[in-house]
Amino acid sequence: MTNLLDVENLRVTFPTRSGTFEAVRGISFSLGRERLGIVGESGSGKSMTGRAILKLIRKPGIVTADRMRMGDTNLLTASEREMRRIRGRHASMIMQDPKFSLNPVMTVGSQITEALLTHEKTSRAEARKRAVGMLDAVAIRNPERVMGLYPHEVSGGMGQRIMIAMMLIPNPEILIADEPTSALDVSVQLQVLEIMDKLVTDRGMGLIFISHDLNLVSNFCDRILIMYAGRIVEVCQAGKLHEAKHPYTIGLLNSVPDLEHPRPRLDALQRDPAWREAPSVSALT
Amino acid sequence: MLTVAVTLLGLLFVTFMIGRVMPIDPVLAVIGERATQAQYDEVFLELGLDKPLITQFAIYVNDVLHGDFGTSIRTGKLVSEDIGRVFPATLELATLGTLIGVFLGVPLGVLAAVYRGRWIDQVARFVGLIGYSMPIFWLGLMGLLIFYGILGWVAGPGRLGVFYQGLVPERSGLLLLDSLLAGDWTVFKDAFSHIILPASLLGYYSLAYISRMTRSFMLEQLNSEYITTARVKGLSEWTVIWRHAFRNIRIQLITVIALAYANLLEGSVLTEIIFAWPGIGQYITTSLLSNDMNSVLGGTVVIGTIFVALNIFSDLLYRFFDPRAK
Repeated sequence: MTNLLDVENLRVTFPTRSGTFEAVRGISFSLGRERLGIVGESGSGKSMTGRAILKLIRKPGIVTADRMRMGDTNLLTASEREMRRIRGRHASMIMQDPKFSLNPVMTVGSQITEALLTHEKTSRAEARKRAVGMLDAVAIRNPERVMGLYPHEVSGGMGQRIMIAMMLIPNPEILIADEPTSALDVSVQLQVLEIMDKLVTDRGMGLIFISHDLNLVSNFCDRILIMYAGRIVEVCQAGKLHEAKHPYTIGLLNSVPDLEHPRPRLDALQRDPAWREAPSVSALT
Repeated sequence: MLTVAVTLLGLLFVTFMIGRVMPIDPVLAVIGERATQAQYDEVFLELGLDKPLITQFAIYVNDVLHGDFGTSIRTGKLVSEDIGRVFPATLELATLGTLIGVFLGVPLGVLAAVYRGRWIDQVARFVGLIGYSMPIFWLGLMGLLIFYGILGWVAGPGRLGVFYQGLVPERSGLLLLDSLLAGDWTVFKDAFSHIILPASLLGYYSLAYISRMTRSFMLEQLNSEYITTARVKGLSEWTVIWRHAFRNIRIQLITVIALAYANLLEGSVLTEIIFAWPGIGQYITTSLLSNDMNSVLGGTVVIGTIFVALNIFSDLLYRFFDPRAK
């Protein structure tokens, strides 16, 4: 099976007043038709990785890599025009909070059809029909009515399902989900995840699931990368998370409360400065 | 609607009080200083100055509501007639000035935000800085000197050359519009070459303001998450900027433009004087210098009312453009 995405030695740097800051420090991974989880704490570089793949790092940020390939396209040399054809059509991204990631002054319908019309020459009526169908697929009741609503008129869970519909309507092969449920109520998190999972599996897409929630990721993904300070410290199959060896992963696992076995005190993570300097683990397949 | 009524009543109250506390004897202003005491008393009663203040105010409000601002001492005509004559001149100038400011200032502000820190941003900053800091009378005189005096590209002070006066029937009082309606191109051209310099000057001042505000509104929007969403969809940068970001600043821009417009309608006194423009700013100033309080207060009330009306108008547009305000 060929990979959808191959990344080797990816770096994202930002110049600051006191030298450069490296948000991502040379990571390598590949993505097949699988669900790949990227886990790490705030500032570990996981979101930057997602954005770097779509070349959405704005100046003055710099993205470098030895290799960055999506299908037949070399992302490193791709022009902005080529990137625009890839974005949305081949790889899409869902962001954290639909309250901010949907345009407040455009109707849901026009935002979804826009995503489709950008990449396909279809009539407006046809685009509208497919948008309604897509809203139906993300389990939105009365999609015809929702098409005419503005983002402030829908709930958070609904907003995120609208985002999913919008990002999947041009049939991309890769979906990057950047903390897609972190801003949602716990009660709707699972519902949104299930809908996303079903669509991604049905369409045989590759999913990059970025999260800080190790439990969620281990239940939901096939393979997990654990990032720390801009590097991958450990790669493991989701089912074998308990076999993880890296002290950071073990620390993360130990700091999760367990209802079945309550402990008087949760372990606090003891950080070893050596973790920062350890070479990045390759997650290429 | 109630707040509007209260605002307008407050405005009338303030202008009324100004008229009363000014150290100008309204009776003397009418009859002159050499009148006899008997004449003085007669006019004093005629003006209703013997009645209590509150009654005087009620009479004043009633008069104003009927469009009666009294008679101008300077021109001898009804103040409402005078204003009807001078206001279109200001309206025409301010409207053209605002149009120039909007059509150049908004794109300049958007570009400055998109290319933040690049040369176009620096140019916009420099243009804005001059607009903010140069006194308008100096720029006006320099403009006249260069474009009228030396280059001769535009006509000099006034609204219309002597030859062309009274050639087209007055319909709206706006010369450009009237001459167009009459189909008289020579008059239109002459009126245009008279108005273009002062209008550009006023336009430049609102451009400075509008472009700075547009820039900061746009910067705020361009950093929002929904802009990333739009880029993720694969939209072109042009679409991202105009269809997504700009659509979100229209609401704020309306307020800014309405303010800039109101500013030009009320505050172009210096420009009107330099360009001998027979508008309301000049009317009020001249009236003030000849102690003609009826005209001053009448003009002030009209300008205040326009200010309030523009605010109502921008509120209405708000509802139209912002789905959240419904």
